[in-house]
Amino acid sequence: MSLDSQPPAAGPQVGADEWVARQAHRREYLPSWLGTGQRWLERVGWWPKLLVVGLAGAALPLLGLGGFQLQVGIDALVIALLAVGLNIVVGWAGLLDLGYVAFFGFGAYGFALLSSSQIGPNGIHLPTYLSVPIVMIGAAVLGLLVGWPSRRLIGDYLAIVTLFFGEAFVEFTNNVAPSVLGGPNGIVGIDPISVFGRQITTNAGYYYLLVVVLVLTMAVLRLLDTSRTGRAWRAVREDPLAAASMTIPVNRVKLMAFMFGAVVAALTGTIFAAQQISVFPTDFDTPILILIYAGLILGGAGSIAGAAAGALVLMVIYDGLLRSPTDSGYLFYGLILLTLVVKLRPWRRLAVVLAATVALGFAAHAVAGAISARAVAGGPHSTGWLAAALRDWVVVPANAQVLGNWGYVLLVCLLIALVQVGRRWRTILLPPTICLASFVWETRLAVEPAITRQLMIGAILIVMMNARPQGLLGSRRVEAITWPRSRSGRGRPVTRRSPGMVTAGERRNPF
Amino acid sequence: MSLIGPNGAGKTTVFNVITGVYQPSSGDVLFAGRTLAGQPPHRIARLGIGRTFQTLRLFLNMSVIENVMAATYGNTKAMPWESVLRLPRARREEREVRALAEDVLSFFGQRLAGYRWDQPAYSLSYANRRRLEIARALATRPRLLLLDEPAAGMNPAETHEITELIARLRDERDVAVLVIEHDMHVVSGCSDRVIALDHGVKIAEGGFDAVASHPAVVEAYMGRDPEALSDAG
Repeated sequence: MSLDSQPPAAGPQVGADEWVARQAHRREYLPSWLGTGQRWLERVGWWPKLLVVGLAGAALPLLGLGGFQLQVGIDALVIALLAVGLNIVVGWAGLLDLGYVAFFGFGAYGFALLSSSQIGPNGIHLPTYLSVPIVMIGAAVLGLLVGWPSRRLIGDYLAIVTLFFGEAFVEFTNNVAPSVLGGPNGIVGIDPISVFGRQITTNAGYYYLLVVVLVLTMAVLRLLDTSRTGRAWRAVREDPLAAASMTIPVNRVKLMAFMFGAVVAALTGTIFAAQQISVFPTDFDTPILILIYAGLILGGAGSIAGAAAGALVLMVIYDGLLRSPTDSGYLFYGLILLTLVVKLRPWRRLAVVLAATVALGFAAHAVAGAISARAVAGGPHSTGWLAAALRDWVVVPANAQVLGNWGYVLLVCLLIALVQVGRRWRTILLPPTICLASFVWETRLAVEPAITRQLMIGAILIVMMNARPQGLLGSRRVEAITWPRSRSGRGRPVTRRSPGMVTAGERRNPF
Repeated sequence: MSLIGPNGAGKTTVFNVITGVYQPSSGDVLFAGRTLAGQPPHRIARLGIGRTFQTLRLFLNMSVIENVMAATYGNTKAMPWESVLRLPRARREEREVRALAEDVLSFFGQRLAGYRWDQPAYSLSYANRRRLEIARALATRPRLLLLDEPAAGMNPAETHEITELIARLRDERDVAVLVIEHDMHVVSGCSDRVIALDHGVKIAEGGFDAVASHPAVVEAYMGRDPEALSDAG
C-alpha cells in the first residue's frame, strides 16, 4: 500500500469574502422599495417594535370601537396569547401538541371553580392574586403529568396521544361531576379579575388587560428565547440526537416546553373565563385548537411576533370582517383586486384583464336580462355602495341558491384549470373566472358566512403556503431530509425549504 | 489516535457505543476510571466526551454562534426564571458562554469569522459545516473528542487544513482526539496511534506505517493478495 503523504498546497480562501457569504441573505429581500422598507424595519430592534406595537394596540379603543369590534379584539387577543404559548411547544421545541387547548380549558375551569359559588355552600371566592397563580402552578403540574408518559414520543405519535388528551378534557367537563363542573351547562357567575384591588368589569378593561398580558408574555418569552433554555429548545427541535450529544437532557427540556406552554394557556384561560363570566365545554373543543394552529402557522411558527401577529390577523379576518356582510364584501373584492395588481405583469395585461372583466359582467347582465327578467330578478347580497356598484354587473337570478351551488362547482373546476394552463390561456380565463367568483359570492358565499369564513381561512393558508411558507414574520427554515451516498460512502446532505410548519425530518427516535 | 477500517467495519458503532447512543450488549466502556455503559448521552457528554457526526447533524435553523452556545447547556446552571429576570448568575454565565463560543469559533480563523456568527447554519458551505460541528463539540469542553470522518466531502486543500487543525487541537487545546477517517493523508498526518477494525474486531494497532502495512489490514481492504491466491489455486 503506497501512500502519497505529500500535502496538497493550500488554495486561495474561496468564500472567505463577506460579500459572497451574505449573498443568500440578500436574496431573501423583496425587490425594489419593498425591500428597502424591509431593511429599514430590520434596523429597528425587537424591543422598540414591541413597545410601539403594544402602545398602538392599547390606543386602538380610543378610536371609538363599538361593542362588536371590542369583542372581536378580545377574542383576537385571547387567540394571540394562546398562539404565543403554543409557539413554545410547537415552534421552538418542535412537539406537535394537539391537546394544547385542554390547558386553556384547565385554566378557565380552574379559575371558574376558585372564583364562583360552584363548590361548597358559599362557594370559593379567592382573590385574583391567589387564584391565578394557583391555576398557573396547577397547569404546570398538569403539563408535567401529560408530558411525562409521552416524553419519548415524537411526531405523529405525540400528536395522537395529545389529541386524545384534548378530547378527554372535553368529555371530562361534559360528563364528570355535573354538580361541580356543570356538565354541558358549564359554570356561570364567575367573579371578575381584579388588578391592584380594582375589579375589571367592562370589555374595554379586559381589552387593556389582555394587551398588557400579551406584551408582558412576549417580553418574558423573548428573554427566555435568548437564554440557554431557548437555545436548548430549538436545538432539540432541530436534532434531538445531536442535542443529547451536546450535553442537553432532551426529555427534561421537552417537558419544560410542555410546562411553559401549559402555563401560558392556563393564564389565558383565567382571563377568558373572567371576561366571559361563564365557561362551557364547547369553548375548549377542537375548532379553537385549529384556530390557534392556523394563527401560529400563518404568522410563522418559531417567531414570537409571528405567532401573535398571525393570530391577530386571522381572528380579525375570521371573527370580524367575515361576519359582517359589508366588510366581507370589501375583503373579497379587495383581495381579488390586490392579487391582480400584484401578480399581473406587464401593466398592459392587467389593464386588459380588468377591462375584460368589467365588460364581461355588464354584457352577461344585459344578455341575461334580455332573455328573461327572472334571470336578473335577485339583488346582490353585498350592502352599501358595493351593492349599488354591482347591481348591473353581477347576474343574480331569482333561484339564486340552486344556480349558485352549480356556479360553485364550476368555479372550483375553473380555478383548477387556471393553475394548470399556460400564461396565454390564464389571461383569457381570468375575466370569466372573476365574474363567476363574484356570482358565487353574491348568491351563496356571502349568504352563509359561517361556512364561507372557514373556506376563506383555508384559501388564505393555501395562498400563504405558496407565497411565503415561513409565515408572515417567520424566518426561512430548511430541513435536512436525505443523505444520498456516493461510492465512497460519503455524501452531502440535501436541504430543502420546509413549508413553514415544523415537520419531523428525522423520524427515528434515538432514545 | 485514529480508527480505520473498510466500510461496515463498525467504526461509527464504536462511537455510538462510547457516547451512549447504543447500549453495549455485553462488556463495559471505561472513561477516566468511570463506567459509561448505561448512561444517557447527555451525561456522557458532560463527563467530557465531545463528538461530531459523519452525516452532519448541525442545528441548521439556528445561527452559527447559537449552535456553539447551545452545546454549553449541561455546563451552565441558570434556571429559566433567572434567565428571564437576567439575575447575576444568568448574566455571568451568558457572558462566559458567549466568550467560550467566540474563542472556539476563532480557533478556525477566517473560516468562521465574526460576520458569520449570526448567519443561520444552513447558509454555511459543506466544509464550514464540518468545522462548525467540531467547534460545537469543543464547546462541551471535552477531554476526549470523537471526530467521525472530519474530512469527508472536502477537497485536498481543505483536507490538509483539517489535518493541521486536528494536530493543533491535540497540542494547543490539550484534547485527546479519536478520528475515524478513510483519507490516509489525514490518518498519517495527525495520529500517534492507529487502530484498524474489521467486522467489529480489532485487527491491528500501532504506528501508522506499521498498521498500514500490516497483512491483516491489507487483506481487509484489498482482499487476499492475488498472487498468493493463484499460488494456492
